[in-house]
Amino acid sequence: MAETMDHLDQLENRSVHILREAYANFKNLGMLWSIGKDSTVLLWLARKAFFGHVPIPLIHIDTSFKIPEMIEYRDRLALEWNLTMIYGQNREALEEKRTFPDGGVDRIACCKALKTDALKHTLSGEWPRYRLNHTKKTYELDRNTEAFTGVIVGARADEEGSRSKERYFSPRNAQSRWDVGDQPPEFWNQFKTEFAPGTHLRIHPLLDWTELNIWEYIRRESIPTVSLYYDQGTGKRYRSLGCYPCTHAVDSAATGVDDIILELRSGKFANIAERSGRAQDKADGGGLETLRRDGYM
Amino acid sequence: MTLTEACHTRMSSSIAPHEPLVAAPAAATQRMNIVIVGHVDHGKSTVIGRLLADTHSLPEGKLEQIRAQCELNSKPFEYAFLLDALKDEQAQGITIDAARVFFKSDLRHYLILDAPGHIEFLKNMITGAARAEAALLVIDAAEGVQENSRRHGYMVSLLGIKQLAVVVNKMDLVGWDRGVYDGIVREYGAFLEQVGIRPACFIPVSARGGDNIADRAAHLAWYQGPTVLNALDQFHSEPPPIALPFRMPVQDVYKFTKQGDDRRIIAGTIDSGAVSVGDTLIFYPSGKKSRLKSIEAFNRPVDGRAEAGWAVGFTLQEQIYITRGEVATVESEARPQVTTRLRVSLFWLGKEPMVKRKEYLLKLGTARVTARIEEVLRVMDASTLDATEQRNSVQRHDVAECVLRLDRAIACDVAADIAVTSRFVIVDDYEIRGGGIVREAMPDRQTAVRDSVMLRNYKWEPSIIQPEHRAEKYNQKAALILITGEHESDRKGVAKALEGKLFDDGKVVYFLGIGNVLYGVDADIERKQENRLEHMRRLAEVANLMLDAGIILVVAAAELTQDDLEVIKTAVQPDWIETVWAGDNITTDIACDLQLPGGAVPEAVDRLKAHLQDKGVIFRPW
Repeated sequence: MAETMDHLDQLENRSVHILREAYANFKNLGMLWSIGKDSTVLLWLARKAFFGHVPIPLIHIDTSFKIPEMIEYRDRLALEWNLTMIYGQNREALEEKRTFPDGGVDRIACCKALKTDALKHTLSGEWPRYRLNHTKKTYELDRNTEAFTGVIVGARADEEGSRSKERYFSPRNAQSRWDVGDQPPEFWNQFKTEFAPGTHLRIHPLLDWTELNIWEYIRRESIPTVSLYYDQGTGKRYRSLGCYPCTHAVDSAATGVDDIILELRSGKFANIAERSGRAQDKADGGGLETLRRDGYM
Repeated sequence: MTLTEACHTRMSSSIAPHEPLVAAPAAATQRMNIVIVGHVDHGKSTVIGRLLADTHSLPEGKLEQIRAQCELNSKPFEYAFLLDALKDEQAQGITIDAARVFFKSDLRHYLILDAPGHIEFLKNMITGAARAEAALLVIDAAEGVQENSRRHGYMVSLLGIKQLAVVVNKMDLVGWDRGVYDGIVREYGAFLEQVGIRPACFIPVSARGGDNIADRAAHLAWYQGPTVLNALDQFHSEPPPIALPFRMPVQDVYKFTKQGDDRRIIAGTIDSGAVSVGDTLIFYPSGKKSRLKSIEAFNRPVDGRAEAGWAVGFTLQEQIYITRGEVATVESEARPQVTTRLRVSLFWLGKEPMVKRKEYLLKLGTARVTARIEEVLRVMDASTLDATEQRNSVQRHDVAECVLRLDRAIACDVAADIAVTSRFVIVDDYEIRGGGIVREAMPDRQTAVRDSVMLRNYKWEPSIIQPEHRAEKYNQKAALILITGEHESDRKGVAKALEGKLFDDGKVVYFLGIGNVLYGVDADIERKQENRLEHMRRLAEVANLMLDAGIILVVAAAELTQDDLEVIKTAVQPDWIETVWAGDNITTDIACDLQLPGGAVPEAVDRLKAHLQDKGVIFRPW
């Protein structure tokens, strides 16, 4: 580790430093894993930080509308990499069909119920959590109902406007709300690691990464990713993964990581926002910031 | 079918194959983070707007669109509007952003951190500036140097940004007068010299007209220096400080035994210097020594050396007990400062002033320690940089020089030697409210004792049995329980009863009366007040041996003071000490973890036991 650092080394080492700070400072720490490329890079960075181990439980919010391949991939990696895997969901809304795909509510209300509310109550431990039993290879009700006080999230500043205003360690109040206008300062290698009872922190090790950096790093480290990101011969692929009713594939013939990097550097996506395939962002004026102030990832 | 089988059959093709690494395309684009500071209304937004427009970094048609809007509302177009327009766009999920604005020169991409305009500007400015490699400071030629011109200049210096260009804006308003420009160069140049910054240049510009931003100004033939864009391009990304002595604050010590991994890995990010396998390391403030056995990493080839900037991990040859907060150094290089008294320069952002006699939390590297203001030496008047009258507090947005007293010693460097390990933040009420740099490590009363303790730790021959193994075996954490109180108090009765209770519970525990030390280990020194420090040092060294053996040691001593405790904390791991006052009135200045009112001994013992359970010294079985 004496060679000159390139830009990926710089990003990687900063993220590793942040992950270790989070691990040293928070007793009840969890990491959100959406199965997408960003949080999978985050998971990989945790293996870097902890020398092949992941001593932090991974939390997945299962809306039940995820593309099935994502769940299969999640469980396969959880077993292979010996992950403490937990999932939570909004059972009530699903049973009562208060969802957009069921025609019950609009997209934003659906996101709020299945993602924001499910996340809030899974983190707080008020709603049931399900933990993967590595021997039986099935999910069981998690007996631990303690609230998570530190939650590591794979948000990047370049994704959309509201995320650019995040700190590496961003406080959330007891209702998971985010006060964008009055955030604590953050400088040098010091972060907000103290927090009042009832509040928690969102920790963002990937804040400085761009979509291109993520793919460059996936290539350099050979990180396994879901094949939905690649064109399987239909001329279409997913650029960003979410629930199938609200995430649309983009036209692209990129069949692998190299093609995607080329596409982002100079090709057709160089000037088009990554989440352009996410319908909920457009549902009202400031869709995502409204969701995020309220606790959305 | 099990879940794994299901996965493998149904998902066999769902994980993308690992692709062979191909040669990376053309060198990655250079990127530099910059920050733009200055007094309100001196033209920061206009400078940014111009930089975006004149480098053609705006989305297509944006400029024309805003010009048209202005015309429609019959107000004159201003480049500062561009920023607001971009903010509106972000709300709709478009990539350019108010908190992070990008523009590009032929040389590299620039990222402006935290564009101005926020109410909490200083808080955000500092957050952005701390990540910046260079700064532009804007001064209005007509208004001249103002309070925030100085304040921001001083912040830039404290934050450690060495590359600064001063932009003298609105030259059109002073008729492109060279005299006005020269005046500002003289006045502000002298100020910057005082705070230790040598600016790259002073650039006369009119941001509104685009003069000397990206393009040369026709009106300023007398000025031969660079444009703003040239000046930025002449800055360079500073490499990590590899030539300085090795410093790595210990972030954590990992042992993933349950995962079948027996490595004991010391993890941290190297702040300065370099280290190689075989180097003798000394950890401060403890002074403990070991040799570097191996450098560890996941999915990365390791050679035997690691340099500043890398987040690393290594194993040690001799197993020593160290924790987060120590700083790893190399024996043959300059050693860091270790003290409880620091002379610092700090800035304060809290709404409540920073005051004497209040406890704050100081974080430096990975150390975390309680701190108080011992003395406010001077508060800078931002308009004159002169020291103001004697003050006892530091107000919001003040920059001050203070002496801080810490609860226990930490390792650090002074800013003139190694900037990065001189930086600290102050936390109050859960928030970072201030920050600063160490100017001087000042002597304290424990300096002599500390030196002897560091030498002892340096010479220490470690056992092959780790403290955590002893703790596991004895089912307890080693601890020093100091029971003190007035001379008439029954501290000995309580201490002996506690020993009996814990012994019956199967704990490894020992009672030590102060007299047992005074007439034995201390037999060669007179029992006089001037020898009190040495008595305490010897008591603490005896305690240290017994704690190293894994024992819970109960000491009874009359009327211990805070000074006594400071000496004991120097020789014994401070977080292994529990101080208890027996009696209704605390008659010395000692800070106690627990007070036991006078009364029945059994109740006192029960409370003590519960306290030890709360602190995790002994196990609570429910």
